[in-house]
Amino acid sequence: MSEKVLMKGNEAIAEAAILAGCRHYFGYPITPQTEIAAYMAKRMPKIGGTFLQAESEIAAINMVYGVSAAGKRVMTSSSSPGISLKGEGISYLAGADLPALVVNVQRGGPGLGGIQPSQSDYFQATRGGGHGDYHMIVLAPASVQEMAEFTVRGFELADQYRMTAMILADGTMGQMMEPVSLDLHVAPMPEKPWATTGTRMQRPHNIVNSLYLVPEVLERSNFERYERYRTVEENETMYESYRMEDAEICIAAFGIAARVSKNAINAARAEGIRVGMIRPQTLWPFPSAPFRAAADRVRCMISVELSMGQMIEDVRLAAECRVPVYLCNRVGGMIPEPEQILAAIREAAKTGGNKQ
Amino acid sequence: MSTTQFLFSGFGGQGILFAGKFMVYKGMMEGRQVSWLPSYGPEMRGGTASCSVIVGDEPVGSPIVTHPDVLVAMNLPSFDRYEPAVVPGGMVFLDSTLIGRAPARSDVTVYAVPATQMASDNGIPTLANMIIVGKILRVLGQDGKADVEAALKKVISAKHADMLDANLRALQLGANA
Amino acid sequence: MIVFQKPKSLADVPLHYCPGCTHGIVHRLVAEVIDELGIEGRTIGIAPVGCSVMAYDYFNCDMIEAAHGRAPAVATGVKRADPEHHIVFTYQGDGDLASIGMAETVHAAARNENITVIFINNAIYGMTGGQMAPTSLPGQVTQTSPYGRDVKQCGYPVKVCEMLAELEGPEYLERVTVNSVKNVKNAKKAIKKAFQNQLDGKGFSLVEVLSSCPTNWGMTPQKALQWIDEKMIPYYPLGVYKDRSAGTEVSK
Repeated sequence: MSEKVLMKGNEAIAEAAILAGCRHYFGYPITPQTEIAAYMAKRMPKIGGTFLQAESEIAAINMVYGVSAAGKRVMTSSSSPGISLKGEGISYLAGADLPALVVNVQRGGPGLGGIQPSQSDYFQATRGGGHGDYHMIVLAPASVQEMAEFTVRGFELADQYRMTAMILADGTMGQMMEPVSLDLHVAPMPEKPWATTGTRMQRPHNIVNSLYLVPEVLERSNFERYERYRTVEENETMYESYRMEDAEICIAAFGIAARVSKNAINAARAEGIRVGMIRPQTLWPFPSAPFRAAADRVRCMISVELSMGQMIEDVRLAAECRVPVYLCNRVGGMIPEPEQILAAIREAAKTGGNKQ
Repeated sequence: MSTTQFLFSGFGGQGILFAGKFMVYKGMMEGRQVSWLPSYGPEMRGGTASCSVIVGDEPVGSPIVTHPDVLVAMNLPSFDRYEPAVVPGGMVFLDSTLIGRAPARSDVTVYAVPATQMASDNGIPTLANMIIVGKILRVLGQDGKADVEAALKKVISAKHADMLDANLRALQLGANA
Repeated sequence: MIVFQKPKSLADVPLHYCPGCTHGIVHRLVAEVIDELGIEGRTIGIAPVGCSVMAYDYFNCDMIEAAHGRAPAVATGVKRADPEHHIVFTYQGDGDLASIGMAETVHAAARNENITVIFINNAIYGMTGGQMAPTSLPGQVTQTSPYGRDVKQCGYPVKVCEMLAELEGPEYLERVTVNSVKNVKNAKKAIKKAFQNQLDGKGFSLVEVLSSCPTNWGMTPQKALQWIDEKMIPYYPLGVYKDRSAGTEVSK
């Protein structure tokens, strides 16, 4: 294993992207993800890459669309309000089946909101965010190491399935420093025979397009896309199971909420409460199977979120009403303290569910 | 102590984040589990600045320090804000040049160092932060010179490499304060 | 001897444009230029949203369909993906380029992005059925200005070449039209120059083509061509607005 370096989460994303072969970055300044742009601005010119500060988030995502159409690895990053602006472009990327990596270092909303950490773009990310039927692959890192690894994974998955992959982080993950190993394995980029790189007069012209005026054809393109999504669901779901072996209470949390939950779980375990956690690493596809399996064993679940309760809907769907699912949350840039989660665990241990 | 949670606090420009980074590098180079989390946003631009630092032997859970084992307070607003949060039996290192009042807590050990005055007197006015850090290392018995110098080299950017000696001197001043 | 044939880079398919519409002429001019410069194999065209939305079916080079107004941003990405090899053009109407995509247009010009922009100005939204465009003339009757464009209520038309000429960025800006043989020849010269500039690495080159929309203007094709002479050219004078390499900053 290579030597570990100390890096901010945002910087780890930028460096991992470069290691993954990304040579094109487009963005527009917004807190708390600006380190990514700053890092790219410094590095890209030195390695023959392109860093371009676009006139808007809208322009940035469409520049991404152009580079992706030309068959190259490309990314943009932003924070919540900026991601809303990119929604149009992300829908077009989906419609044209173009791969791309989009990073959302979330902040509190709605509207201009605040600049402190949040997870309230869960719905936007996991349901697509823009118009039309589509999904993004949504990766939720909970450490600086995962910020780096999921960035590489994001590019690979995006290319493999011709989809947008999103890193759904938050201000804490972006700003915190941890030791990280950048000894990352990068799979070779697949051939892209569909790319618009000029015919060189050797093949019929390629068209990158999301317009289908014949409904039967548009329907077929949607059906085919969702066939591909099914393969993603079957093969690419990732999660971490933490102290679930004998758990009676199951915490559901991702990103920073999962980090804080670990403290609370260990404190509760010290009190003799058998609690564990399922931490989704992919939010789409959502790891429904482990939650469904846990629902047969635990008394109740607690969804710990930095939102008004968004992921809890997926947890409830996965649990199929077999156990109650409670919400433990802070919003607006606030982060639950371990004590708040511990209190929720104690309460659940006392009154939650009736299985046994 | 298997895990130590530090909270460094003061105002922007005092090198709060730098002091925290030094502790993290030092911990990492000793093979320990570490995390560093700054306050960010407008706070960085002249208001209060703080950073959470965790150094331990277990993987770090939450990187947010709300109840520090060790509080560093380099101005009065920070001391007022974070003094009540220190765990009972914890330690407080404060810059007594800028903090006039006596501690309210009696269940914590307070080390008052006139760091800003000392820094000014010794011609290193920007290094009050590292004078405090020097005191911390001495109190925690962690001022072995090799690690300290190696960590400093990591945290001092190439642009300011000439500041290494001054930083070492600041640590020494703090250790003996 | 062949005296007339389809340009090779124009696909052999029926165009969907209305009778008398000048899109067909401009498509042909672009294709002729691509043929003459021998660049079909390295050209990537960006189609807009508007009447020419399906231009991706009409050119034999690689084509990309962009979101409404975003063609210059998409072109920026494609160009920068391989600046040495890719020749990139956008083909955009007035709503696309001068209304919803104004920011992308202005900033691509300001960056002197090395792309070619073909701008079709027919003073109306054609595809959606004849609404007021950013370039509709004062007093012009459209579906959404049924009493004539009232400049007090909805402001004045945008003069794109004049506006962009104020920027330091762009290399070449010219306004042409295609309502007569002479004007068609001139238009082709301008379009060729706009592509040649890109080959020479000179930067952002935009050709504004005053075009007709007989259907939505409610005129015969012939009358529509006259209307360009009588109404549009007086408001949008033809000419070179900027040609940096030739030392022409503004020649109104």
